[in-house]
Amino acid sequence: MQAPALLVTVPLLGALLISITGRLNRKVCFPLAAVSLGVSLYLSILLLFAVLTEGEVFYKMGGWPPPWGISYHIDHLNALVLVVVSLVSFVNLPATYRYVHRDFADRTGPFYALYVLMVAGLLGIVVTGDAFNLYVLLEIAALTGYALIAMGEAEAPLASLNYVLMGTIGASFYLLGVGYLYIVTGSLNMWDIASLLPNLYQSKAVFAAFAIMMIGIWIKMAFFPLHAWLPRAYVYAPSPVSSLVAPLVTKVMVYVMIRMLLSVFTPDFAFSTLELSRAVVWLAVVAIVGAALLALAQQNLKKMLAYVIVSEVAYMVGGAWLGNRAGLTGSILHISNDALMTLCVFLAAGNIAYKGRGLDFSDLGGLFEKMPFTMAGLLAGALSIIGVPPTCGFFSKWYLISGAIQAGHYGFLVALLFSSLVHTVLFFRVIERCYFEPVGQSHGGHSSGKAMEEAPLSMVIPLLLVAVGLIVLGIYSRELVVNIIQYAVPASMV
Amino acid sequence: MPVVVSVKPFFAVFVSLFLVPVLLSCRSPNVREAWTFVAAAVKFLLILSMLPEVMSGTEIVTHVAEVLPGLEIKFRVDALGMLFALVSSFLWIVTTAYSIGYMRGLAEHSQTRYFCYFSLALSATIGVAFSANLLTLYLFYEMLSLATYPLVTHHQDAEARSSGRKYLLYILGTSIALVLPAMLICYNLSGTLEFSSKGILGMDAGTPLVVTLLLMFVFGFAKAAVMPLHSWLPAAMVAPTPVSALLHAVAVVKVGAFSILRAVTGILGVDLLRNLHAGTIVCVLASATFLIASLIALSQDGLKRRLAFSTIGQLSYIVLGVALLSPKALMGGAVHIAMHAFGKITLFFCAGAIFVAGGKTRVSELTGIGIRMPFTMAAFFLGAMSVIGLPPTGGFISKWYLVLGTLEAKQWVFLVALLASSLLNAAYFLPIVYRAFFIVPEETSHDVSIHEAPPWCLVPLGITAAGSVVLFFYPEVFLGLAQIAAERLFGG
Repeated sequence: MQAPALLVTVPLLGALLISITGRLNRKVCFPLAAVSLGVSLYLSILLLFAVLTEGEVFYKMGGWPPPWGISYHIDHLNALVLVVVSLVSFVNLPATYRYVHRDFADRTGPFYALYVLMVAGLLGIVVTGDAFNLYVLLEIAALTGYALIAMGEAEAPLASLNYVLMGTIGASFYLLGVGYLYIVTGSLNMWDIASLLPNLYQSKAVFAAFAIMMIGIWIKMAFFPLHAWLPRAYVYAPSPVSSLVAPLVTKVMVYVMIRMLLSVFTPDFAFSTLELSRAVVWLAVVAIVGAALLALAQQNLKKMLAYVIVSEVAYMVGGAWLGNRAGLTGSILHISNDALMTLCVFLAAGNIAYKGRGLDFSDLGGLFEKMPFTMAGLLAGALSIIGVPPTCGFFSKWYLISGAIQAGHYGFLVALLFSSLVHTVLFFRVIERCYFEPVGQSHGGHSSGKAMEEAPLSMVIPLLLVAVGLIVLGIYSRELVVNIIQYAVPASMV
Repeated sequence: MPVVVSVKPFFAVFVSLFLVPVLLSCRSPNVREAWTFVAAAVKFLLILSMLPEVMSGTEIVTHVAEVLPGLEIKFRVDALGMLFALVSSFLWIVTTAYSIGYMRGLAEHSQTRYFCYFSLALSATIGVAFSANLLTLYLFYEMLSLATYPLVTHHQDAEARSSGRKYLLYILGTSIALVLPAMLICYNLSGTLEFSSKGILGMDAGTPLVVTLLLMFVFGFAKAAVMPLHSWLPAAMVAPTPVSALLHAVAVVKVGAFSILRAVTGILGVDLLRNLHAGTIVCVLASATFLIASLIALSQDGLKRRLAFSTIGQLSYIVLGVALLSPKALMGGAVHIAMHAFGKITLFFCAGAIFVAGGKTRVSELTGIGIRMPFTMAAFFLGAMSVIGLPPTGGFISKWYLVLGTLEAKQWVFLVALLASSLLNAAYFLPIVYRAFFIVPEETSHDVSIHEAPPWCLVPLGITAAGSVVLFFYPEVFLGLAQIAAERLFGG
């Protein structure tokens, strides 16, 4: 089965093809992107079923056995994340078609080439079993991300530069950690390293590698207070980019963290030997509260959403570091749930922006009358982020809180509840504006009549599908846990 | 106890949800309201059709989906749920008629939205009534909070905005901050959230834990408006009157009291609470609430505000009935859900009719109004009698059982509190009736011809007022249901 290799190479070649043919004919860019991401989606679903029916999939690149060659290794954990990444990037494509073709009419070639290349990078990060290869793909995803973000408004290049600096620091930390591990083990293959490490767990170098890697990953995932790059980058990025980057990049980094904790190091080492578990969960508590307070201070929808992401990241870090089954289940489940709900709210924000409306709170008046469907999507995403059943956000929060109770970590429990309350305030503040205030006039050219001014169908339908998906995913969350996530958590963890 | 699996509860809950797309597609108000009647009637008949089985002690179950390991979204119709569902679905039909008169009489805006959220709210209410476990109940509880927000804030002005904010803060805030963790703690202790007549915690749970959980439930279900978490209810009176009538005298607030009832009897368990004597603290909270609320009601000039404070007090009767942990008190509390519903909805309908007919909202403006609106004020008198608990109205029955319950539990203090509160109820209602009928307005230039609200308003309030009286003579259905529930919980 060649699916693991094709999964990454198809979008990689697709990106190349788009950048070449895009110069000749702009019309082929979108179909090419759609085809390459469609193939990736199909292959990742295929892989998920393969993992479900036949167990883990090993793939040796070019037939070279590890540790010499690069191996791809797909288990329940990354099979799930692969589907999430390819699904979100695929859905975002038609949803932003109109936006891209209006705002980047002359740059569709570069845009879609970067878009597809970035997805290739993200998929590669998730699928690879090689620690150094992961770094390379990390940089592919990051560099394309910088470029995409810089395509935005006037402030975007500066925000992107900020992201470049922080992102590079993060990636370098990660690379340094890999270097340390290579020095002590002589291997770059994750499973090879994992088999060699247990004898070296007392080594200071291993501890240094672990710590440096974690910090690097935390910078890349915007774990408060290492989050400073994220809000500006996501806010000033053009909407079609925000709704790709915001749901995926941080979640993929959470995946990398969990992969390091579980597969390269062992849960025993990470949670027991080091005795860091409770301390890191306390960091997450600080992060959740800090991000929530910062979110409260924002006066712009997209900025507020960016800080919501920062607090959601801390949910997942805290859940993973609780060191028990429920917490880790919650963390993994939240990767998929949060990706979907972030996509939902950012698509809604994109629709509002597409209609030429500002996203400052003062511009949101009258939106329920003007854009009822977009607002329905935003509301569904908001309820999921708050954690109202039966949306999926409720269920991952359920596992996270269960984990906190089982670990006796009541600080994390309180932080999660506090953050839910803050999210309630945040979103209902927005909803209040949209519901009570008259239509804003600040952006001129809009009639203040009651007529609907909804975004085009190609933007509304994907949004509503995602919104319905939030509920479907919620109702099927037990299936997800019992059939997939249960096996992603090591059997040794209770 | 026999259990039957059926999809009826599912449709009984969701028939009003299916109504929403129908309403949105209706062009003409007449068609829209016809559909609302159809859905309300279907809902009521579905629930009614399950009554004989439930009366014979059978429980009707629908499995919807297993969403967490060992935890389903599941409906189970038992005697208590049936009692509550029967009352709210019947009163929905009546309120729909009243809404037509009220909303058209005042030419309110966004009537389609209004009817949509109303039917959503009814789905959520019946969902709570039929929930088989705490998770399902929580789901519909939250759905109800969210569905009623646009109804409370219907006028979309500054007052509605601040009231809506308070409404959500109290109701959504407490449910997230208190009920959610309490629910998770119970689940992690026992691995289930299914309501069981013995409770799910087991008899060896410690006093601090049980008392904490009990208080988390009592305050977390803030829709029951136990003080100090009551002030959202007077604020919610900014809503159109039919909303105040059905939702803030019947559906929403009683969902709160009903949820407390379920958590106390189905999760914590009456035996456990009796052993630990944990009920007393809630009895004290409830008694304090109805005494203070009645005192505040005395001084309220806004008619709807006075009714709201009266509701806060009456809800705590139900909570008291539950917390006394004796069969008679529980029956009293359960039957009070029905009796108070008929009485209080009548009062709100009257308040709305007075507003539609003459724009009056204050008690001090009602001087001599009994002459102009004799029918409305007669109904008001009957409703007030029921809420005070005087025969021949239904309120007497439930209060009688509550009093018997305090005797049974040998809680003399709460008996005194109940009687004192009844006197206070009389003190804040009867002056309104007196003023309406027996004080002659000073400006005699007013014409004294009869000027009632439109018939769409009058007929519903006549029905509910008559219902209050009928329930005094024929309380068998509700008493029977309450009896079944009490026997199940307390054994024989």
